[in-house]
Amino acid sequence: MSKHHVTTKINGDETEFLCETDETLLDVLRNQLGLTGTKEGCSTGDCGACSVTVDGRLVCSCLMLGVEANGKSIGTIEGMAKGEKLHPLQEKFLSHAALQCGICTPGFLVAAKALLDKNPDPSETEVRYWLAGNLCRCTGYDKIVRAVMDAAAEMRGA
Amino acid sequence: MQEKVKEPGSEFTHIGTRPVRPDGVDKVTGRARFGADLSLPGQITGKVLRSPHPHARIRSIDTSAAEKLAGVKAVVTAADFKDQPSEFVPAGEMMINYRDVVRNVMAREKVLFEGHPVAAVAATSASIAKQALKLIKVDYEVLPHVIDVREAMKPDAPLLHEDMITQGMTPAPTKPSNIAKRIEIGLGDIAAGFAAADIVIEREFDTKPVHQGYIEPHACSATVSEDGQAELWVSTQGHWIVRAHCARLLGWDVSKIRVTAAEIGGGFGGKTVVYLEPIALALAKKSGRPVKMVMTREEVLKASGPTSGAHVKVKMGAKKDGTLVAAEAQLLFQAGAFQGSPVQPAAMCAFAPYDIANVKLVGYDVVSNRPKVAAYRAPGGPIAEFAVESVVDELAAKVGLDPIALRLKNAAKQGTRAAYGPKFGPVGFVETLEAAEAHAHWRTPLGKNQGRGVAAGFWFNIGGETSVSLSLNEDGTLSLTAGTPDIGGLRASLCMMAGEELSVGLDKIRVQIGDTGQLGYNFLTGGSRATFSSGMATVEAAREVKREACKRAAKMWELPVEAVEYVDGKVRPAGPNAGKHEPMTLAQVAAIAGKTGGPIVGYSRINAHGAAPSFATHLCDVEVDPETGKATVIRYTALQDAGRAIHPSYVEGQYQGGVAQGIGWALNEEYIYGPDGRMQNAGFLDYRVPVASDLPMIDTVIVEVPNPSHPYGVRGVGETPICPPMAAVANAIANATGVRMTDLPMSPPKVLKALDDARAKGAAKM
Ligand code: FES
Ligand code: FES
Repeated sequence: MSKHHVTTKINGDETEFLCETDETLLDVLRNQLGLTGTKEGCSTGDCGACSVTVDGRLVCSCLMLGVEANGKSIGTIEGMAKGEKLHPLQEKFLSHAALQCGICTPGFLVAAKALLDKNPDPSETEVRYWLAGNLCRCTGYDKIVRAVMDAAAEMRGA
Repeated sequence: MQEKVKEPGSEFTHIGTRPVRPDGVDKVTGRARFGADLSLPGQITGKVLRSPHPHARIRSIDTSAAEKLAGVKAVVTAADFKDQPSEFVPAGEMMINYRDVVRNVMAREKVLFEGHPVAAVAATSASIAKQALKLIKVDYEVLPHVIDVREAMKPDAPLLHEDMITQGMTPAPTKPSNIAKRIEIGLGDIAAGFAAADIVIEREFDTKPVHQGYIEPHACSATVSEDGQAELWVSTQGHWIVRAHCARLLGWDVSKIRVTAAEIGGGFGGKTVVYLEPIALALAKKSGRPVKMVMTREEVLKASGPTSGAHVKVKMGAKKDGTLVAAEAQLLFQAGAFQGSPVQPAAMCAFAPYDIANVKLVGYDVVSNRPKVAAYRAPGGPIAEFAVESVVDELAAKVGLDPIALRLKNAAKQGTRAAYGPKFGPVGFVETLEAAEAHAHWRTPLGKNQGRGVAAGFWFNIGGETSVSLSLNEDGTLSLTAGTPDIGGLRASLCMMAGEELSVGLDKIRVQIGDTGQLGYNFLTGGSRATFSSGMATVEAAREVKREACKRAAKMWELPVEAVEYVDGKVRPAGPNAGKHEPMTLAQVAAIAGKTGGPIVGYSRINAHGAAPSFATHLCDVEVDPETGKATVIRYTALQDAGRAIHPSYVEGQYQGGVAQGIGWALNEEYIYGPDGRMQNAGFLDYRVPVASDLPMIDTVIVEVPNPSHPYGVRGVGETPICPPMAAVANAIANATGVRMTDLPMSPPKVLKALDDARAKGAAKM
């Protein structure tokens, strides 16, 4: 079976890779590109640990094929901090202790950023429904929701 | 929203504050390396062939075709693991038997549950490994199976282990059965107790098996050199335990295996045993290549260690004034394929919150064709406490006391003897009840279709073997190495305790979880022991550093060691010599370490005694939809005794996380089996854990009744919070609807049916 040559942009960098037809974007990110910040919790689109953005849209990378990344722009957790500067969401997750084990955290951060990019002033209910595709088994979501609301407020300059 | 009942004394600099955890940045940037994140040069992929049958005899296994497939580097079956004699060893709060562990890791004579491993391959790619699994021929003689605990106890039930004679019965039964063990604990005279009761309530409860549901599937990487030196990188709650089990199953020296605990993506008790690890080592040895293995979510649900489904009968008697005088329970617990359900800890917890003179608990540990259970957060406790706290709620209503008042009247306190033996030291149950009574939640009026429930929780907590080292670096900074994997803020707490002892800033201490080659033995992170035990060891190690620092300065100053003291992060001459020399900072002491005796290292190796129980009171409001039966939790407050909260945010996090899991157990989660004995909902779509939109904020109140056995008063806090929610939700539903639910999960169809039945009898409130 010959592999496909894919050209894409990941966190702003031109990236090329070869992948099998049936390889998911998640597999490519983790196994070929060494971007293991994106996690696999289920591979069936039910946990959100593998959340990435594709041309700005929030996507479960376990549900997308590597070949589909061709010509697209992918955003992963590794691209969230700018140099030494953490994104306000990352800062707020730390100060609110919005993570325990941390396996769900990259997915939540990517998903929350996608929310705030669209809606800078979400209500608690909007945050809860937007993040309903991301499972966290440790925190009960309380501190995650607070961190997202607080980051939104800070980013609005409120 | 979050509050503390008692502020810790002002003498603390770090304890009780909320610094950013030391491993935090790595976890918000994706840098942290979890179980599946390591890649080794030349690594190949391991996969497991699993039984499609819940119960079958293995007539033969033919791996020859798989071995011949190009790219396959190794195949293993049960023949690659040493058979083991029957011997029980502790695993968390539970016991395991090596004879069973070796069979659970790889089936020998029979497969006993769907998903039971029968063979494994390692190949150059995952797809070749999967192809190879298809080429393995297993000849099964399919046998009748049994899932439900009461079915499994019937005399004509299919037998999982043909030689299993129930332990704990006199006289011992002569015929084998699926009942592995009978246990009994008690106090006083149960018959006399009930004879003295004015009111007696007896109810039966059913709970379904549920899974810990950690988001990270089991994962490990193994490599074994030609001379037998093995390295294992694994997501686990206890890497010394992994080392012990692997050494035993493979027949290797313990010293040959070095295990590193990866960052762990949740465990809740489920990562206290071995599944993939010995297989990965065997494949690595056979293939000569590093082998990585990762479970799928389906494998996690079908073939790791969920907790028991159970049937519980509770009978309680009270005087007219609400004094509890007798309490009896029978607990029937599924163990899964091998014995070892958490029925013993369940019995220990059941009536522990109450001071009752006459108690009898009988438990049965029953095998059935499900995966062997592992610990799940307060193993057994939530099941027993669901039943007991439901009955307590009914009793309160019967005697006309509010549920907090009845509990206050009967609450266990210092000096109360628990049915499982000990007399409690200082405990904080009364304080949590009083805090609940004083909380605004308790007094807020309810709306239409809403109800409020109260439930108590208890977990005993454990200590155990622990080693910690603390090195004073040459520049006066410190390196702290602990051996209990950090699942939710442990490194932060240890750093804070070391900083407190030594009066140094937290940024001067780097804390890591050491591998099995770096420290003496450490028992696992479980039983809510990590902050307690590793904290105790950290404090001892820090005190050793202080003593050693004084000694070195004494040597420099040519003073007797008693004439030097450690104050505010510095050593200085004390008593009559005070002021004779300038105080030395830790950096200055470190600089003279070489000249005064060599490196300064505090090393503590202890068996941590004095773990103290943690009690909780939970308040829960639900709204029930009268049309659909759907119950939604709309407000929740968890009040719990932490002894002392080192880092309050992570204590609150434990309360909130336990509550969320408990609400899932109460309302949604269950293993659903078809008549073929196969799990029908082996994925997060159908095994539905609570998501953000299912839950409200979860308020917490940290009550602090210090544990006198810990230098900072710490009690374990992680497990208690999952004990009350099922009863809190059930009691709230009863309050809203007039209907008592006794069967988990309280899913909409079940609640609706119960409501309809009650409506037909005119007993429903809606
Ligand atoms: S791994 Fe993609 S949603 Fe779970
Ligand atoms: S912090 Fe562990 S799953 Fe979210």
